[in-house]
Amino acid sequence: MDFLNGITLISNYILIPGLTYGSQLALGALGITIVYSVLRFSNFAHGEFMSFGAMSSILLCWLFLSLEINLNPLPTAIIVLPFAIIITIFYCILVDKIIFKFYRLQNSKSVINLIVSIGVMFFTGGLIRFIIGPGDKNFFDGERFILKAKTFKNYTGLREGLALKTTQGITIVLSIILVILLFWFLNKTKTGKSMRAYSDNKELALLSGINPEKVVLITWIITGTLACVAGTLYGLDKSYKPFTYLHLVLPIFSAAIVGGVGNPVGAIIGGFVIAFSELIVTFAYKKIFFYFLPNYLVPDGLLQILSTDYKIAISFIILVLVLLIRPTGIYKGKII
Amino acid sequence: MYLLFGENITCGYGSIDILFNCDVGVNEGEISSIVGPNGAGKSTAMKALFGLLPVKQGKIILDGEDITNIPPQQRVLKGMGFVPQTNNIFPSLTVEENLEMGAFVEQHDCTKMLEYIYELFPVLKDKQYQLAGELSGGQRQQVAVGRALMTKPKVLMLDEPSAGISPIIMEGLFNKITEIANQGTAVLMVEQNAKQALKISNLGFVLNQGKNLFTDTGNSLLENKKVRQAFLGG
Amino acid sequence: MKNRSRIQILYFLMAIILFAVGIFQSWNVALTIFNLCLISSIMTLGINVQWGNAGIVNFGVMGFAALGGLANIIISMPPTSNAWETGGNSIVIGLMILVLSIIFSVFMFKRVNFNKRIKYLISFLIIFVGYFIMRLMVDSPIEQIEAIEPAKTGYLGGFNLPVIISWPVGGLLAAFAAFIIGKISLGLRSDYLAIATLGISEIIIYILKNEDWLSRGVKNVNGLPRPVPYEIELQSREWLLETANILKIPLPEVSSIIVKLSYSVLFLLVLLVILYLLQIAVKSPWGRMMRAIRDNEVSANAMGKDIKKRHLQVFIIGSAIVGIAGAMLTTLDGQFTPVSYQPLRYTFLIWIMVIVGGSGNNFGSIIGAFLIWFFWIQSEPLGLWLLSFITSHISDTNLIKSHLLENAAHIRLMFMGIILLVTLRFAPKGLIPEVKR
Repeated sequence: MDFLNGITLISNYILIPGLTYGSQLALGALGITIVYSVLRFSNFAHGEFMSFGAMSSILLCWLFLSLEINLNPLPTAIIVLPFAIIITIFYCILVDKIIFKFYRLQNSKSVINLIVSIGVMFFTGGLIRFIIGPGDKNFFDGERFILKAKTFKNYTGLREGLALKTTQGITIVLSIILVILLFWFLNKTKTGKSMRAYSDNKELALLSGINPEKVVLITWIITGTLACVAGTLYGLDKSYKPFTYLHLVLPIFSAAIVGGVGNPVGAIIGGFVIAFSELIVTFAYKKIFFYFLPNYLVPDGLLQILSTDYKIAISFIILVLVLLIRPTGIYKGKII
Repeated sequence: MYLLFGENITCGYGSIDILFNCDVGVNEGEISSIVGPNGAGKSTAMKALFGLLPVKQGKIILDGEDITNIPPQQRVLKGMGFVPQTNNIFPSLTVEENLEMGAFVEQHDCTKMLEYIYELFPVLKDKQYQLAGELSGGQRQQVAVGRALMTKPKVLMLDEPSAGISPIIMEGLFNKITEIANQGTAVLMVEQNAKQALKISNLGFVLNQGKNLFTDTGNSLLENKKVRQAFLGG
Repeated sequence: MKNRSRIQILYFLMAIILFAVGIFQSWNVALTIFNLCLISSIMTLGINVQWGNAGIVNFGVMGFAALGGLANIIISMPPTSNAWETGGNSIVIGLMILVLSIIFSVFMFKRVNFNKRIKYLISFLIIFVGYFIMRLMVDSPIEQIEAIEPAKTGYLGGFNLPVIISWPVGGLLAAFAAFIIGKISLGLRSDYLAIATLGISEIIIYILKNEDWLSRGVKNVNGLPRPVPYEIELQSREWLLETANILKIPLPEVSSIIVKLSYSVLFLLVLLVILYLLQIAVKSPWGRMMRAIRDNEVSANAMGKDIKKRHLQVFIIGSAIVGIAGAMLTTLDGQFTPVSYQPLRYTFLIWIMVIVGGSGNNFGSIIGAFLIWFFWIQSEPLGLWLLSFITSHISDTNLIKSHLLENAAHIRLMFMGIILLVTLRFAPKGLIPEVKR
């Protein structure tokens, strides 16, 4: 029984939250990695693109709710997501046409593009706050839990509860669908392959008759989709605040770099590495020991490796460690 | 009448000219080699023919049509295939995907062409799902040539195909090149290994300092005393 | 010589703008802006040394500035009674054990010949063990220190020295941090370096936010001593009363203007000294070499220049300058608030200043700092005015109008983005371009 209790405890506090947060990070990191591998720069504006996607979802949610369209018990955000994606894609393409394209045609250095993306970050951040305001927006509706802790306890008779929030379930399922779609597109379709070819060897891709503008367009379509879904899921799960997305950029970059920049599989792995390390390092192990060790061996104190206050800092620490030990990341990515 | 003909070409990088009134060309179903010392302008001639460099003077004619001013991508559609000297594959794509990318502009099914290339280079068939970047130098070169052949070009242009591969593998590659020409695709190549290249060539163009020095059949160039002394090492 | 006239015109314009603020708004506002402009321009000088002269992308401005701020606490606050006795020593020893274990593990890694994986494992284990010994040593003393009157102190305190000493000390702290960060990350190419420095600066802020024994964390340290007199003190002076009477300005205002002016003088002095030294450095063979490395790393390397060492040098110098400015900023604020350190305001805004002013030109950096800071402060009222103007024909009860006016403050982020993007597109060299030597 103690053993099962321990497993439940780990699932409830590490496994499920880790999978959820990891999926969100992975989707974000995929966006960064794809922009990097095709357009060759680190896009600091990606966090704001995610925020923009989430904002679009919220605005559409309000619209749909005022029209009394909903998907109870699922949150309304699910129905509006496709439309929000289209809006986000449209914004990304617009930004590219007005801003990034100029530097692409000039073959600017990647640092210049990076600084340009900071300009885009400022502008988009301001635009979002201007439209929706800086405050907290909760746009979750419908049933809160797929599985309540109490139901689980009653059902299994265990002391520890296991809860699965609707947002967590949705996040994990949607991420899996999106990732499968993305990999199918990149590996099985002609356009997807041409995108990989372009990122691999730009000159030869041009010689083969691959249209660069089309590749760029598709890159932004994918990026916009990923950003919108990641941003909406994050906002749905943790409530939306424009300010948090700026701080999300770094964990996302960490995930992309840890996995190996330019490598989509790496981005996903990186996302989960970051998410799980954050949870594992800040988890209070006292209770686990309580279940797994005889009583007289259970030590005092919470047994945290680092206090929970440092949760987000862990992603930066991992980032620094990876840069120190293996700058190319887990899956050898392109060295920036 | 040449199938592909660069007539009286002058071109270069920026304001500095490399080629001066040069003629190079290849006949249908034949092999032509451009040879000469370092800095003679061989690769420049190749780039000019494929439209990677603007031509200042002269004309480029493919199958009777003036193509001097059309971009490289269009030339692919018109029936030219080009294998650059370096970076001529997509390393993180599989062999088969590399070949498919070669036929990117083709609208119709490319399985037939794939079969032909696997027949020509049986090794590639074995490694079709392997990443091209993991192959050996000679195999990569085969992928590169295969990629360029996917569009069924009238003319295949090779920039130093033997660069960086061992002499034995080079010989095999040259045999394949002869085979390609025999099946009707004209081959125009730039080669550092002038002797071997001229042996399999119908026509040879010896360039020096951006100018035509000798133009003759491959064999007569090999026998020409001056050419031997100056460029073939005796 | 075109640059010289540009400098003159732009500096003159900036002076007029500030005077206009003084006349039309108030001298207090003008001086507040001026003081922050001065501090910002020191920060931009620091970044410009790195970016403009050596092409190093340092996104860690925030962290270095915060370290400068920390110097204020360590130097100028009175020591908390009993804090050192209860556990100061064990904290110091604990930290030293951690540092030693890191040094030891690096040493092991470099000197011992083993399979690489085993080496990583051993190094990791050494640090892990060091960390746990440290935790054992410091956990309870930290708890005790933080329990000493938590509402007022609850931290170690400082050395009770004149606050102005914290400026050079802040520079030293930042330089020390820059040495370590540079050792870790300077080998990386630009994008990675940017992300790494940004990440490390976040780590620094996290530490300052959470290590209450050191900086009181989110409880802030208030009431830092000043290098200039207090307003109340001034108001009792005879000569000030007279001046106030002559100028016909209320006494509190005169006193606060004088306080701000004294800050301005101090800041201006520091700025001029740093600018003078940097100008000498830029013109020296050292500066030429830095630019040679920036423009062509490969050939500089081939000529036998030790690029890594030079980069580390310039990284330390630039970061130290940022640290000095950070210390000055905290002194001006009179309090240390770790939460206020945001990358947007510290790192990215400073970068906009450098780019807009002109990368590689010190005079450009200064004017960039002045202009951008001015707009950063004034774009709020400007945005409000702009929106009221645009919406003036809409009735006041209109929802859209009230929404727009409510969110007008955020127009300044958009404003900054546009300024940066327009500069990069139409004047990529900035307002005052680098002088080609």
